[in-house]
Amino acid sequence: MTLLEEPSTAIPAAEPPPAVSTQPAAIGDDTPRKVRNVGRTDLFEMAVALCSGVSLAVVLSVVMDWTNPLTLVLWACVGFSVSQWLLVRDRAGSVVATDRLMTSLVWSSGGFAVGILGWMIVYVAAKGIPGLSIGFFTEDMSKVGPLNPGGGAFHSIVGTLQQTGLATLFSVPVGIMTAIYLNEVNGRMAPVVRFVVDAMSGIPSIVAGLLIYTVWVSPDLPIIGKQGFSGVAASMALTVVMLPFVTRSAEEMLRIVPGALREASLALGAPEWRTILKVVVPTARSGLVTASILGVARVVGETAPVLLTAFGSSSTNYDPFSGPQSDLPLFVWSLLKQPNAAQIQRAWTGALVLVSLVLILFTLARVVSNRGARLGGSR
Amino acid sequence: MFIVCSVLPTRAVHPGRQISAAMTSLLTPSFDAADVPRAIAQQRSRADRIFRGISFSAAAVSLLIIGSTAVFLTLGARDAFGTSGVKAFFTDSVWNSSLGTFGVFGVLVGTLLIAVVGLMVAVPLGLGLALFINEYAPMRIRRPLTGAVDLLAAMPSLVFGMWGFFVFQRYVVGVAQFFADHLSAIPIFRVFDGEQLTRSGFIAGIVVGFMILPIVTSVARDVMAQAPREQCEGALALGGTRWGMIRSVIFPFARSGIVGAALLGFGRALGETIAITIIVSLSYQPNYRILTEGSGSIAQLIATRFPEAQGLEHSGLVAAGLVLFIVTLIVNLIARRIVSKSRSAH
Amino acid sequence: MTQVVPPPYVPGDWVASAEPVAPIVAPVAAPVVVARANGGHLRAERVSAWFGGRKVLEQCSLDMPPGQVTALIGPSGCGKSTFLRTLNRMHELVPGAELAGSILLDGDDIYSPDSSPPSVRNRIGMVFQKPNPFPAMSIRDNVLAGMKLTGSRVADAGDLVEASLRGAGLWDEVKDRLDDGGMGLSGGQQQRLCIARALAVKPSVLLMDEPCSALDPISTRVIEDTIRELSHEVTIVIVTHNMQQAQRVSDHCAFFLVDELGQPGRIFEAGATEQIFTAPRHDRTHAYVSGQFG
Repeated sequence: MTLLEEPSTAIPAAEPPPAVSTQPAAIGDDTPRKVRNVGRTDLFEMAVALCSGVSLAVVLSVVMDWTNPLTLVLWACVGFSVSQWLLVRDRAGSVVATDRLMTSLVWSSGGFAVGILGWMIVYVAAKGIPGLSIGFFTEDMSKVGPLNPGGGAFHSIVGTLQQTGLATLFSVPVGIMTAIYLNEVNGRMAPVVRFVVDAMSGIPSIVAGLLIYTVWVSPDLPIIGKQGFSGVAASMALTVVMLPFVTRSAEEMLRIVPGALREASLALGAPEWRTILKVVVPTARSGLVTASILGVARVVGETAPVLLTAFGSSSTNYDPFSGPQSDLPLFVWSLLKQPNAAQIQRAWTGALVLVSLVLILFTLARVVSNRGARLGGSR
Repeated sequence: MFIVCSVLPTRAVHPGRQISAAMTSLLTPSFDAADVPRAIAQQRSRADRIFRGISFSAAAVSLLIIGSTAVFLTLGARDAFGTSGVKAFFTDSVWNSSLGTFGVFGVLVGTLLIAVVGLMVAVPLGLGLALFINEYAPMRIRRPLTGAVDLLAAMPSLVFGMWGFFVFQRYVVGVAQFFADHLSAIPIFRVFDGEQLTRSGFIAGIVVGFMILPIVTSVARDVMAQAPREQCEGALALGGTRWGMIRSVIFPFARSGIVGAALLGFGRALGETIAITIIVSLSYQPNYRILTEGSGSIAQLIATRFPEAQGLEHSGLVAAGLVLFIVTLIVNLIARRIVSKSRSAH
Repeated sequence: MTQVVPPPYVPGDWVASAEPVAPIVAPVAAPVVVARANGGHLRAERVSAWFGGRKVLEQCSLDMPPGQVTALIGPSGCGKSTFLRTLNRMHELVPGAELAGSILLDGDDIYSPDSSPPSVRNRIGMVFQKPNPFPAMSIRDNVLAGMKLTGSRVADAGDLVEASLRGAGLWDEVKDRLDDGGMGLSGGQQQRLCIARALAVKPSVLLMDEPCSALDPISTRVIEDTIRELSHEVTIVIVTHNMQQAQRVSDHCAFFLVDELGQPGRIFEAGATEQIFTAPRHDRTHAYVSGQFG
């Protein structure tokens, strides 16, 4: 009932959509035929619709005196969709017309998402590259006033490395062991733990910072200690964000390991713990490494949790255990609040470094996972 | 002991599977012991028990974190609730650190409005993207496209905020202008003379929509991929178009899962901090006219007030964080429940 | 006692019967050359099995003499693999699985409270239907995996690897690439690698669950030859769908059957292979081995 809405009118009048190229293969020709989804009529219709959409947008913006290019693009899209729908409906009926319209919409959403991502990355690169210099990576902001040029992000880089390093050091082993508990050991508390991990993955990152603030940092709310701001407090807050992510991804990777391998190991007489450590984990190794790298990529740009725990500073603090410490997101954050060209430039360069870090980590994760797949591991 | 039974020379076949009572006594072997399962003692070796213990203690860390969040946030918020009154905290829209009166109603409204705008953007776009990756995209671009979506998810909130404020805002203001000019019949789109359209909840909502797009897309992709391929092929084999198949097979199947995906995105949008803080100018009063400047979210409140806060205000911020925690927790748990139900129901 | 008049016999109709359904098991002839019998003596006594309340095996008793090959034959779904998995305590790994009866290895009940499953599985090895070498390990490490996984010290790794691979009939083909990955071998070679892996821990009994069903005919032949050679040192119990294979390879056979759909499987007839195939005592056995059903 829902499939063909107008069976009697649409189908007899419709010319079947061209799906196959019309040249018959020669006798004895053993090359595969090209089967295309989009035929020449479709392309023609799309071109016509595009022209009418663009002209509609141009006419409208001249008449209504719009200057914003985005409005132009939007109206062109509307015009394109409407004219394509009308054209196809004349040829093949409204069922096919809706199908073509939806195809265009779906393709545009794909392009739109990629476009947004590309726009962001290109813009950050364009604004950030002018500020790149050796000094950016080797100097900190302690001797530089807000209006002066110069100075760099060295202190923030140190902070990021220390804080994310400490967070990774804790999250990865605990996360993988939790995943082992959930997937392999599957003890009695497993459903509760799974529920809790799901709940944790929804905690806003600022709440994570607030938690560590109340428990560890705060002078006003003496609950455990008044440790003050520090890099290690920031790494604790980052752990709260990173741990559920690593746990969930690691659990996925362990689930992919075929059950036959566990059975084979048990059938040889291996105890459960050796089966897990020596068979399951090595088989899932590249997947687990990928999960960890992606976890790091996830937290390296987090501002909110570190704002409340490391607070930021303009000088280099090599000791993560005492004293406020800056990191890359805090570096950018502090500069953004000052409406001064030199500061804003530094902020963009800092943002570029952040984005590059994320890109590098992503590529690394891809490389590891491809190598793992090639070596015949389960992922 | 082996049982050897003498057998009648001609064997019998009863078409009706009726076995007479006399035969029954010959059917079951005549043992006295009842055929009950034996209890197999689960003797785990010491090493196994230690290993299980270690893995459980790792899992317990997560329990500890959630528990301490609930406990310590409540403890820290006591003072603020004391001076403001619990009910007033939720119904007033004021932030007076010297008097100690705090009320988050305004920013609560702002949080919800921004999140709803984000959903309006993320759900259609996310569905379209999910459909594109699952059904329309050629194999070659599927993997890079999934990678691009994951990359979008990993982009720091800071970068979204900066891009949104410095660049994207200029273009979207035009759309806001359009809404203000032509849709002012609807109260929330009304703009009065002299009001700015920049730094509004509307623009922040759109940027937040881009940020939650990846999670909506990936959960929607998951649930849509569970639709049974046989039914999909059946729809196509009847002569249906691709969109017809999607509408008649995949959507009904994935309907509840898509709702879950939207809720998950909503939960994420509620907690979004940095991008909103950069784009929107904070106002404690509720601003229902989203196209105009000024709005706020709870997370933004915390991030903005935190550096200068002293004493009682700290407690107020913790109280606000507690509210945020509880709201996002509830939304997320409901969402996950819906998603996993839709997965296991099929 | 009432006289029961059986209805006329209709050949080919195996739906139900009024005949007594207790198994017909011929006493097993004692092996002639006792001194040369290596391998463990495995005996199942009145083994019943359940999966989540549903009974799947009904009081199966079987003697699997040492140093000989016992084949479990019968149509699919009759509980052969389930029975096999009770023999090395793999059955209890499935949640909801239960068991009654006892299984004696050289006189000791393997399900007694003081025997641990890993040690039982160490002495009773298993080869699965689909070859499953460990992908993260090389060929050499795969063979030694059993020793490493049980924490046993390997005195002479090289000798053990060679002996196990020779026993599995794989040595000549892989002796130059012992450090290559196990996944690069063909299906038949992978299965022989799994056999070598199982042999390396020196079990007394080797269980094989349709080891050739996923392989091509040539690999099947090689593995059947291997089985015949191995049986001198290791008792082998093999589940097979292929009756010709059972005839080629085994010394004893047990025929599993269900009376009706939904009933638990049981051993219908057991005895020496020659006798089962040339002179079965039961009509249904005869029908099965001559290919009339299953």
